[in-house]
Amino acid sequence: MSLIDSISFPRGVRLPRVDGLVQWIVPLAIIAIWQLASVTGFVPTRVLPAPSDVVLAGWKLLLSGELVRNIWVSFWRASIGFLIGGSIGFAFGLANGLSQLSAKLTDTTLQMVRNVPHLALIPLVILWFGIDESAKLFLVALGVFFPIYLNTLHGIRTVDPQLIEMGRIYGMTDGELFRRVIFPGALPSIFVGIRFALGIMWLTLIVAETIAASSGLGYMAMQAREFMLIDVVVLSILIYALLGKLADSASRVLERLTLSWHPAFQKR
Amino acid sequence: MQTALRTSLPETELAGSANFAPHARVVREERPVKTGGLPLSIHGLRKSFGSNEVLRGIDLHIPAGQFVAIVGKSGCGKSTLLRLIAGLDRIDAGSLSFGQDSQPKDIQPEDIRVMFQEPRLLPWARVLANVEVGLGRDRASQDAHVRAEKALTEVGLADKREHWPSVLSGGQKQRVALARALVSRPRVLAFDEPLGALDALTRISMQRLLERVWRDQGFTAILVTHDVSEAVALADRVLVIEEGRIAHDVVVNAARPRRRGSVELADLEGSILRHLLSADDRT
Repeated sequence: MSLIDSISFPRGVRLPRVDGLVQWIVPLAIIAIWQLASVTGFVPTRVLPAPSDVVLAGWKLLLSGELVRNIWVSFWRASIGFLIGGSIGFAFGLANGLSQLSAKLTDTTLQMVRNVPHLALIPLVILWFGIDESAKLFLVALGVFFPIYLNTLHGIRTVDPQLIEMGRIYGMTDGELFRRVIFPGALPSIFVGIRFALGIMWLTLIVAETIAASSGLGYMAMQAREFMLIDVVVLSILIYALLGKLADSASRVLERLTLSWHPAFQKR
Repeated sequence: MQTALRTSLPETELAGSANFAPHARVVREERPVKTGGLPLSIHGLRKSFGSNEVLRGIDLHIPAGQFVAIVGKSGCGKSTLLRLIAGLDRIDAGSLSFGQDSQPKDIQPEDIRVMFQEPRLLPWARVLANVEVGLGRDRASQDAHVRAEKALTEVGLADKREHWPSVLSGGQKQRVALARALVSRPRVLAFDEPLGALDALTRISMQRLLERVWRDQGFTAILVTHDVSEAVALADRVLVIEEGRIAHDVVVNAARPRRRGSVELADLEGSILRHLLSADDRT
């Protein structure tokens, strides 16, 4: 075996399974260093509990059923809010992308509303809805609306007009033109909107739950702070990170499935 | 073999071109199913964009199955003429009709197809599905797959049927676009600089392919190009457009399949180029 062969060999046998693990090296290393720092007393546990303590706290909450219940409540709020805000944003994006009249009628208004930070509405929302579910859903839906609206609109407006002309020449009806040309053309941009929206979804939900809620992950963290349970606070934060990663991965899988034609998603 | 070079006024063209049968057809005995081209008649055609009059009265008759090339400098109106023929833009004045007695009922949208400089393939549809788009209203029919595959085979890309367009080369994409245009067996095929973006070698092989499918299927071909040698190599007749009018109508009588670089084609190309350039000197 020549020198070059032996050098290039590991690249040739790179397994997809191993590739998938590479991304977890850094998070795992951080946890290992953190554990070490806690055990040696370098970081006092009053400031930051050891990962093992956090896992223990998680285990206790899991046994009591509290953890699952709170995660479920948050997950439910996030999904429903996302669905409501996302569908309205998508509908407005379609309408304003396809119809000049609709765009003239609503785009300016939407752009004005967009510039109000939606979290600034929390006091108003509490006055309107109190602290029940609708308050959280409203805020999440509002936060999710704009990235999806803007990116759907952008996607539709930037579909290649030459392709649309081609579709018309080949006798496509309006419905066919939308299904076969406009929607697939706008899809990459819509996915960008979805991934932005997922980030905003968690952010909004956690803030809302922290300020005004009686269940959910944000509430769990706030309760823990009241009782100085720092391990539970850290646990909540880590769960946010995992849920965020999960949502992002889900949208990536969906992207891969629907955009397999796109050069960026083809196997290299 | 003779080469006729003729400059005529638009009025005399009608009579002049009537005796011009597509001679190349006689050369081949065997021929697959042929739909037969449609003749095209244009009278006093005008088109303006805003205050800019692009076409200033075009009179033209193209017999069924003829291969006509339209050349001219950029902005002379040649692409506009092609878009009007293909029905992509509305005409301002004059008339444009297909068929002997201009019976619009017999002419289906699928009978007239256009091919552009850009392939305009749907990136999210596989090659075969892209060709099926060309079937127009017959897309949903049972034999759509079979017809699309047949068209792909004609352009020599049957093995690429399940590929995404993004993995094809420029020439292959343009061949898929050609298959899409051919799949409905059009009777008029309009080309708007279809080879303009290809490299020299691909361009020559595409020219051969175009000539072959035209001879096989017998549609009326209208090719807009800025490349005079391409026009001379492919067409029965070359129209030179200057300032929105047909300035010259040149018959190319060379036998087919044409030999590239032959003296007679080169002579013809030279004389057409002189026409094009002399217009420059006058202004």
